[in-house]
Amino acid sequence: MEFFERFMIPHPSFLIYVSMVLIVLVSVALVAVITYFKLWGYLWREWITTVDHKKIGIMYLLMALLMLFRGGVDAIMLRYQLSMPENTFLDAQHYNEVFTTHGVVMILFMAMPFITFFFNYLVPLQIGARDVAFPRLNNLSFWLFFMGAMLFNLSFVVGGSPDAGWTSYFPLADNEFSTSVGTNYYMIAIQIAGIGTLMTGINFITTIMKMRAPGMTLFKMPMFTWSALIANLIIVFAFPVLTVALAMGTMDRLFDTKFFAIGNGGMDMLWANLFWVWGHPEVYILILPAFGIFSEVISTFARRNLYGYKSMVWSMIVISVFAFTVWTHHFFTMGQGAFTNSIFSITTMAIAVPTGVKIFNWLFTLYKGKIEFTTPMLYAVHFIPLFTLGGVTGVMLAMSAADYQYHNTMFLVAHFHNVIIPGVVYAMLAGFTFYWPKMFGFMLNEKIGKATVWVMSTGFLLAFMPMYITGLDGQARRMYTYSESTGFSTLNMVSFVGAGIMAVSFIMLVWNIWYSFKNSPRNIGSDPWDARGLEWATHTPIPAYNFAITPDVTDSTSEAFWDMKKKGTQIFKGEIKKIHMPNYSGVPFIMSCGFFLLGFSLIFSMWIPAIVGLIVILAGMAHRSFEKDHGYYIPEEDVKATEKQYEKRGAK
Amino acid sequence: MKVNFKGTLLASIVFGTLLLGGCDSLLVLDPKGPQAEVQANDTMMLIFMMSGIVLAVFAMLIFMLVKYRASKQSPDYEPPHIHGHWLVETICIGIPIIIVIFLGVRSIGSNYLVESAPDAYKEEEPLVIYASSSDWKWHFSYPEQGIETVNYLYIPANRNIEFKLYSYGPITSFWIPQLGGQKYAMADMVTTLHLAADEVGEYWGRNANFAGAGTAEQTFDVTALTQDEFDEWVDEVKDTAEPLTEQKFEELLEPGHLGRSTYTGTHLEFSPAPEHNHGSSDSDTMDHENMDMENMNHENMDQNEHGDHQDTEHEDHSSH
Amino acid sequence: MAKVDHSVPLEYSTEENDLKIFGFWVFLGAEIMLFGTLFAAYFTLVDRTGSGPTGAEMFEITPVLAETFILLTSSFTIGLAVHAMRLGSKKATLSFMGVTLALGLAFLGYEIFEFVHYVHIGAGITVSAFTSSLLTTLGTHGLHVTVGFFWGLFIMIQIAKRGINSATANKAFIFSLYWHFLDVVWIFIFSFIYLKGMM
Repeated sequence: MEFFERFMIPHPSFLIYVSMVLIVLVSVALVAVITYFKLWGYLWREWITTVDHKKIGIMYLLMALLMLFRGGVDAIMLRYQLSMPENTFLDAQHYNEVFTTHGVVMILFMAMPFITFFFNYLVPLQIGARDVAFPRLNNLSFWLFFMGAMLFNLSFVVGGSPDAGWTSYFPLADNEFSTSVGTNYYMIAIQIAGIGTLMTGINFITTIMKMRAPGMTLFKMPMFTWSALIANLIIVFAFPVLTVALAMGTMDRLFDTKFFAIGNGGMDMLWANLFWVWGHPEVYILILPAFGIFSEVISTFARRNLYGYKSMVWSMIVISVFAFTVWTHHFFTMGQGAFTNSIFSITTMAIAVPTGVKIFNWLFTLYKGKIEFTTPMLYAVHFIPLFTLGGVTGVMLAMSAADYQYHNTMFLVAHFHNVIIPGVVYAMLAGFTFYWPKMFGFMLNEKIGKATVWVMSTGFLLAFMPMYITGLDGQARRMYTYSESTGFSTLNMVSFVGAGIMAVSFIMLVWNIWYSFKNSPRNIGSDPWDARGLEWATHTPIPAYNFAITPDVTDSTSEAFWDMKKKGTQIFKGEIKKIHMPNYSGVPFIMSCGFFLLGFSLIFSMWIPAIVGLIVILAGMAHRSFEKDHGYYIPEEDVKATEKQYEKRGAK
Repeated sequence: MKVNFKGTLLASIVFGTLLLGGCDSLLVLDPKGPQAEVQANDTMMLIFMMSGIVLAVFAMLIFMLVKYRASKQSPDYEPPHIHGHWLVETICIGIPIIIVIFLGVRSIGSNYLVESAPDAYKEEEPLVIYASSSDWKWHFSYPEQGIETVNYLYIPANRNIEFKLYSYGPITSFWIPQLGGQKYAMADMVTTLHLAADEVGEYWGRNANFAGAGTAEQTFDVTALTQDEFDEWVDEVKDTAEPLTEQKFEELLEPGHLGRSTYTGTHLEFSPAPEHNHGSSDSDTMDHENMDMENMNHENMDQNEHGDHQDTEHEDHSSH
Repeated sequence: MAKVDHSVPLEYSTEENDLKIFGFWVFLGAEIMLFGTLFAAYFTLVDRTGSGPTGAEMFEITPVLAETFILLTSSFTIGLAVHAMRLGSKKATLSFMGVTLALGLAFLGYEIFEFVHYVHIGAGITVSAFTSSLLTTLGTHGLHVTVGFFWGLFIMIQIAKRGINSATANKAFIFSLYWHFLDVVWIFIFSFIYLKGMM
């Protein structure tokens, strides 16, 4: 019995019991359905072991939507708790757990897989490659991310959720003040997912630098690929910092080291510094690909080439460099003194310059265009003003002296939601709608789609604008309650209503998928939006080998497909030949299970299963070392037969 | 589509007026001390300037969307291929750079203002108060007066207060919105925050940094008195309050919430503030370690001096 | 087998090989950040010894010099191994790799001895922020050498069984990059942790 006690929830409540029951029921139902329809073999052969970048991408997408749901439920709970003064819906402990998991889930397990989905799905297509540089590693990346996310979500029902905030500042996160295993979950689950992300970074840098189609110089890459390259460079340079910080935090909690401890020389500010040296570039890892997606969408529906391609690229490069020089602005109030604060205040404001350049370039892309308000474009059109609002409040926060008043308040909360939602989430949903037909062969309904955007923006404004006001009125963030006399109640109720409206827009999004699946026509061809990039130059659905003939863009611009349509530029030169493809493998999945076992055991300090998990991982690596795996060839005849089928379908 | 543009415009106007109209009553924009005033002035300047930028972008966007939407153009219109133009791009980079330079200069000035003692009351020695947090309380030690309070703060108005901040536990953030912005209190070093109140009155303060389950209630009241009233209060405390023993202080540190309480003597005598000292206005350096050691020594000396002063000063007052 | 390009060294000869070498360089970029962060943390915490010993009280020059000499030599021998591999001599490649790994093992032996000594004199990993950071930095390097040892061993087995071909040459070359990198990291550890600490 004693052994099992450690897995109990330290602060149980009715809500947690309900979700335990729900999780068990859903899992049982899922297993039952898969078994009944005999899908286990299919899942293993086609998805779990896949090395196809498109399928891995779709798995990332699924995870992102799932986590968007979980983080969204957290958000509604938070806003409901604050909608009335002295509300008793959540107690302090639960509120703390919910805002901690909301932050981690939304940033690391929703936004990150969403952008990784786009990396996976789009980058090889945009550069005319067959797959990524290391397809097997890509599969491992996904499963590590998946196991990290699952481990983190498990904390809710086994052992207790982390409750020290998504920033998990020490000494609050140390054993003395965070007594449950929750923060162990935080340290270890993010570590596992982080290793996966680091591998993604290495993979995509190599892919983009080495596998571009003939003739595609760096300055002929589509804008999304540029943003992906820069984001992945930031990943490779920022994530190791997180790895070290998390390892130190884990050791402080499990092995009693003294990195961030009180006394014995420990330094709590070191965690804050390391966390934000990773954490700030992380923000740009998310926003740059979002900028890339908007660039694709805006130029497509303004029916014009992207204005100032080169300045777009250079502004991203400048942003990526500055990203590493501003982390101190997350704690201007730590007492570094006026000199240090002035430096970081200026570097932070300086980021507004390249960001402003991008905003202006998008505006000038509309100039003399022929703007069509499709759903993806509507997201982009809403993005520009809303993101500008978030950007300028960021400049306000960058004034370090004034930041002493904004820090830790709802003003800050309003600001970062104001950049992340219109910036990242809108971009993801715009891209999601834009590329949906390429992935699944039918369009999402435009009417429902456009309504979703309007509902979402309404909800967004109602949810977050009041926070700017209550923040300036002294409402601190992360407080589970406030008294009537503060006068925060009306605006917080408005905020809750806004959050509810945003939830409605999410339901509309899901409804749209179902409705369109039922009703949308399937004969849409391979280019339903009249788009411009190379990714549209292949069939729908995309064959496993992407392009029957490797495209050659020597004579084209960064919009190779547009050139082909308008100027008749040849990009498919030569003949169909046999195609080299990578083999599927189950080893990465098994290794990831080893990581899960290792992580789970470390969280509860169970050393024997931890060693077993470690052995599984090491065995997987050893197996890989000895394995002879050079892929296989699709014979020429098979490629030709597949291509013929597509032609027939297109003729109908 | 036209209705929707109007809707957006209307919404932004409504929000704009709400934000600007409500400004006077918002705590941060209703300053009662010189530091808070610097910050409130900066905030108002920023709100106006940023509104200008947002409106400019709005205007450009609406112009583009109205003028170049497909429904207004002939079906066979082919948008031209336009590369960047050097002049346009120079303007796009130049204007933001000018804005950033302006704000940067302003930011540096404000930084030095809020990090040093306010000029208005500089002729008088500042009152030093050690403010330390524990889960989830604030302890205020007045070393010159030799008294200590829990969860409430009496200060003389029109005089500089030098807060020395540290924590018996997680990082907290000391914040009295109407007197000035926050500063962290941490376990292994002392930070300095300069505040002053222009008016006699009641204010509130809190720990703004999340520090565990009890953070929401980690608040305190601030009362600004005239110097004479303040001295009277100190005398009264000295006559009536119990002494703060080490054992009593240990009890106070236990996690939980407490009401107000008052003691004679301070915990600094048996539980001194941490050695490292950051962020006092004379130690602005990136590489602090060595400097801090020196500072620490000054610190202790200062404290002793204050301690000596305290007795004589007190006698002066009582002789009045 | 994929297309082999004979105009470049064997380890670069296929597209897959080329990608792997490039990818490994990127990985080393991440490793530089990893060790860079450890060093930054170390320099921040170096004077925060609490009630524990300082570096000057802990470090001894003799074992550290021995470790440095051993590791530098192994970096030289792995270079010779790659040279032998390019010349196509399987036997020489295997011998030099064997020497490299033996030196690696000797290094690890010394390091384990050093750690035991530290724990013995009251400078275990839980004593102070300084010892935590010192032993984590050294330990991370040591862990890399350990992983490298087994990795190198596996490659030796493969060269022995399969001979020198584009796949094994590629693996051996990448391994040599890794081993050189660990040597560079050690030079930093030697100069900035040990020598600076002893001064």
